[in-house]
Amino acid sequence: MALQILLNLIIAFMWMFLQESYTFSSFFAGYLIGIFLLFMLQRFIPDTFYMRRIWRFVRLILLFIKELILSNISIVKLVYKPNLDIQPGIFALPTDLTKNWEVTLLANLISLTPGTLSIAVSDDQSTIYIHALDIPDVEKEIQSIKETFEKAIMEVTR
Amino acid sequence: MIEIIISLLLIIGTFFILSSSIGVLRFPDVYTRLHAATKSATLGVASIMIAAFLFMLFDANIVSGKLILGILFVLLTSPVSGHMISRAAHHSGVKLWEKSIKDDYETKLESIKKKT
Repeated sequence: MALQILLNLIIAFMWMFLQESYTFSSFFAGYLIGIFLLFMLQRFIPDTFYMRRIWRFVRLILLFIKELILSNISIVKLVYKPNLDIQPGIFALPTDLTKNWEVTLLANLISLTPGTLSIAVSDDQSTIYIHALDIPDVEKEIQSIKETFEKAIMEVTR
Repeated sequence: MIEIIISLLLIIGTFFILSSSIGVLRFPDVYTRLHAATKSATLGVASIMIAAFLFMLFDANIVSGKLILGILFVLLTSPVSGHMISRAAHHSGVKLWEKSIKDDYETKLESIKKKT
């Protein structure tokens, strides 16, 4: 990954010198050409193409924005409901993520989408305790978090 | 045209902030209130900031990076504060609402206490 970024930067600088215009726009054009070259030559370069990882990261952000908007609407609906017939509670979410920053990212994403709020992480980082506004079905909730966020984070990191 | 988009974004933002403050008043205990306080507000603040960004862009031709950074930092800090407040509340023994159906964290803490 680091090697590929270095190659890409070298190509961008070479493009800048060939053009003899030392501006940001020519650097950017060179960077795009570098991405294209690396994409064409990815069979000969060790590691997978690094833009694929960045693309997955962009997808994670898009997924997060979608969830943020959808669940904000659901919480607003709850606020204006005349009678509060919700069943809040704290449930444990077992997670397969191991690295520190992966667990941090997952906990933060869970907190940011309304309806769920991460309260604590167990000492061995295998479980996240989550307070949910409305959990008639805990298993379904766990499944949905595992399917969306954990899968997306794993795609970025592995 | 762009004015309509900006005003729509502003109205949506204020609507979300208003509903989150109503939620703080209406919900029964600390944890459910935190749901309303830390999160609906982020979307509200974000859309107001986007509206301000668009206004600066089209009205004064300024690309204001500070506003985008503002959104980023609100998104970074609000879940952390929500996490810390709820954790602190749980550790200092604030009870959940009586209609809550389960509390896995409490049972876990008690099982640790029993062992030691």
